[in-house]
Amino acid sequence: MNKAPFRFIGKHRRAVEHKRFVVGKGRYAADIQLPGMLHIALVASPYASAKIKNIDASETLAMPGVHAVLTGEELCRHIDAMLPGVDAPQVTRYPLAFDVTRYAGEWVAAVVADSRALAEDAAELVNVDYEQLPCVVDPQEALKPNATLVHPAHGTNVIFHRKFVWGPVEEDFAKCDHQLSYQVSWARNATVPIETFAVACQWNDSTGILDVWASIQMPKFPDQVAKALRLPGNAVRVHFDVDVGGSYGVKRGLKHSVLVGYLAKKLGRPVRLVEDRLENMRGGDMQGPDRVFDVTLGFQKNGEIKSMKMRAVDDIGAYSGRSPLQLGKPVGAIVGPYRILSVEYDAMAVMTHKTPQEAVRGFGQAPTNYALETGIDKVARFLNMDRIALRRVNLIGKDEFPYLIPSGTHYDSGDYDTVMTKALNTAAFEDLLKERDHLRSQGQLAGIGISTCLEPSGGNSSFEPLFNPKNQTTTWMDSCLVRVDLSGAITALMGTSTSGQAHETMVSTVVGEVLQKEPDGIRVLHADSLNALPSNSPVGSRMAIMLGGAAAGAAKKIKQKLLTIAAHNLGVTAEDLVYEDGHVQATNNPSQKMSWDALVEIAHRHFHKLPEGMEPGLQEKFVWEVPTGGMLPTEDGRVQMYPCHSFESHVVLASIDPETFKVSIRKYVCGHDCGVMISPDVVHGMTYGGIAHGLGAALMEKFAFSPEGQLLSGTFMDYLLPSSAEVPAITIVDHCTPSPLTEFGQKGSGEAGYLGSPAAIASAVNDALSTQGAKIDHLPMTPQAIWTALNVARSAQA
Amino acid sequence: MSTPTSNNTRIDKKPIQIQVNGVMQQRHVEPRTSLVDFLRDELGLTGTHVGCEHGVCGACTVMLNDEPVRSCCMFAVQADDMRVTTVEGLAPERGVMTKIQDAFCEKHALQCGYCTPGMLMACHALVAHTPHPTEDQVRDAISSNICRCTGYQQIVDAVMYATQVEKK
Ligand code: FES
Ligand code: FES
Repeated sequence: MNKAPFRFIGKHRRAVEHKRFVVGKGRYAADIQLPGMLHIALVASPYASAKIKNIDASETLAMPGVHAVLTGEELCRHIDAMLPGVDAPQVTRYPLAFDVTRYAGEWVAAVVADSRALAEDAAELVNVDYEQLPCVVDPQEALKPNATLVHPAHGTNVIFHRKFVWGPVEEDFAKCDHQLSYQVSWARNATVPIETFAVACQWNDSTGILDVWASIQMPKFPDQVAKALRLPGNAVRVHFDVDVGGSYGVKRGLKHSVLVGYLAKKLGRPVRLVEDRLENMRGGDMQGPDRVFDVTLGFQKNGEIKSMKMRAVDDIGAYSGRSPLQLGKPVGAIVGPYRILSVEYDAMAVMTHKTPQEAVRGFGQAPTNYALETGIDKVARFLNMDRIALRRVNLIGKDEFPYLIPSGTHYDSGDYDTVMTKALNTAAFEDLLKERDHLRSQGQLAGIGISTCLEPSGGNSSFEPLFNPKNQTTTWMDSCLVRVDLSGAITALMGTSTSGQAHETMVSTVVGEVLQKEPDGIRVLHADSLNALPSNSPVGSRMAIMLGGAAAGAAKKIKQKLLTIAAHNLGVTAEDLVYEDGHVQATNNPSQKMSWDALVEIAHRHFHKLPEGMEPGLQEKFVWEVPTGGMLPTEDGRVQMYPCHSFESHVVLASIDPETFKVSIRKYVCGHDCGVMISPDVVHGMTYGGIAHGLGAALMEKFAFSPEGQLLSGTFMDYLLPSSAEVPAITIVDHCTPSPLTEFGQKGSGEAGYLGSPAAIASAVNDALSTQGAKIDHLPMTPQAIWTALNVARSAQA
Repeated sequence: MSTPTSNNTRIDKKPIQIQVNGVMQQRHVEPRTSLVDFLRDELGLTGTHVGCEHGVCGACTVMLNDEPVRSCCMFAVQADDMRVTTVEGLAPERGVMTKIQDAFCEKHALQCGYCTPGMLMACHALVAHTPHPTEDQVRDAISSNICRCTGYQQIVDAVMYATQVEKK
């Protein structure tokens, strides 16, 4: 199939979603207005750690237009706790704090009123009596034996710790000519979608159904909401046709939805909660990985890296959702694109009194790539070897696939050297060097950055059993239903929402490709959770692979059914027939044929012409499990993580303003190989966006906290997002190494750009700083950080 | 669709009249109601989005007497007797798109679409003064608005595409 020329796949096609957005007719959760709808404002803890001694809501409740004030005490009695993704049953969590608060901004009470404005007024009148308690904000402090405990019942602030050893690490190190140790850190940043989280719920007493419209992307969201509310799964109907204003991992909102669902049920009125920006940034669990890496690389004189020891300590904040699991995904590409033979990986998640982490684009892979790539540059500098030459020595060769890495994952396919070379050629690397040196000769700080990295894709569940042996989930399917109606029109149904990845476009392209029908005529719908097919949502760059595979599978079943009907009516076997544009004809007798319309007519109305035993109608579903999925990890923690492995290589020229120390990106090229692209415009768009997102992580974005645990960057004035003034023109160079595991050779790409750009930009800044004997090993490389690094270097030289 | 405001609210409402997308709208609003809330909740024009409510992201941008403004940072009463154009009113008639809207579709200048209405306003405001902008001018104009999805590249491409076609 891989070799077949595609008719629609890989071609420019307008995304079907766009039209509704450009005319202002998108329908996001905050747009849901229901008759009699009530609105929520939240009372948040001003302290990072405090005991709630008393909540007095009498003044609030006396206000006209106020319907309820809900406290954690009431809520906790009526719902079940949300548990962490790892085995730590004492680390329970509820939508509202109960008894104690564990981070500044944690929700303490919810006020329900006729309007949001009124609810906010009323929330100010809620009188909470706190007793401030000691807090622990620094993860290193949190690890000390006598540290203040965030969850005393858990007995320690460490919520997950496991040391994996894959292969003869010590022996390999002993054989190496050199070893080099370094520490790098990745600051707490996040995806910060422009739409905050919003959810509207409506309970119906007579049907016993809770309708939910929410800006989600979370797998198993309906199930989890139902469980927490102690409802059967079929009592919760989540509407997946809501448009989601960006997610990149964080749009989970379980606690929001449980809270709103509870109130809608209790009050018998529709209720809506739309986070404001501060709620989103400090209380919404939207912050991402916050890691310190200690890495040692063992390598030979010629640059061959043989072994690696990596310790990662991740500060997950006050509660745990899926955050510790973000240390898990990197297991599937722990050696990156390099031929490193053995690895020790010491992964630790520690709790502090900070806003909790949530899943963020790449699920922990971007920080790990940054840590590894920083090391590659350091080894090159140590050996006085060219960074590119060093990478070439270590990159896995294109004829070595499927390639088994020490942690047990097979990489499906790739051609890393070629992709890197293409990127270097497009960037005109020799000219780039001249430009850099010219800038330097003019007294500027300028540097070139390189990164190469892997993007595991096709979201698998393996990190769950790997990090929590009690969780034996090995099924992570996705599915699609394709239906041809009486008129011959095609409709496809998917069981998940979309946050900008153009799934409708992808599914119609794939179905059109298989059925050889114009995709623009194919309608694609998002089901709701009561009539949806099983799905695990877009997490882990899985939709091109999984939903694409499922859509193709369902369409192929339709095609087969049409062939079977034709064969029956023409008196031949299906093998004697060819399918073209929906019509069917005999291979060696073109006059023997049946049209699409005739076949559809038979399927829907002429039961007497159907083969015996065939169901009437034309509707097929296909449920697909992640290829290479379905296995539990081995005892030593080896696991086939994700099935497909895209690859990217970035080349950057950056300069640093000698007065403001602001970094400007002067040239940006990204070589990218995600196999066959179903919708190239969409893939490119996500890659551009991912690069911009990574630029933010590298240079600007940080959730900073005071020693008292107060968030210091809770607005867009102090948490800086890159604008078009910072993001440069970007050139993407495509390469295509099809995956042998997927229907069309596609791989995932939703995390592209973000996984490699922080490393490349950091590499460029460090190349610039190297002329001054300075370096920075932590992100973001803000003007202040650069200024400090230069001063440190200067005073060291003085 | 009326605002779910309590009958018992003690805050006095003020009469205003605003011409929104060519239609005169007369309402009584609380003076503290922001323009974006008025458009979304009172008029049901949910195309204008709220991203930050503090003037940085630009998702709420509308035209006020033909100038782009942050509708989260002003009150509806301040727009009394003025003209507002929202994304719903950009195109001359239903079922039609402006050149820039069309170019956004053609060049894939959006993903989740959340920043898009505000971004379109910024682009239209630019083109109103500068019909044939350079790439730098486009980047400069849209630096007022944050998009988390596109990395801006395809937005720049779209505006260049729309304005170059016009030249021919
Ligand atoms: S919502 Fe108005 S600028 Fe962000
Ligand atoms: S398209 Fe999603 S924020 Fe711009």
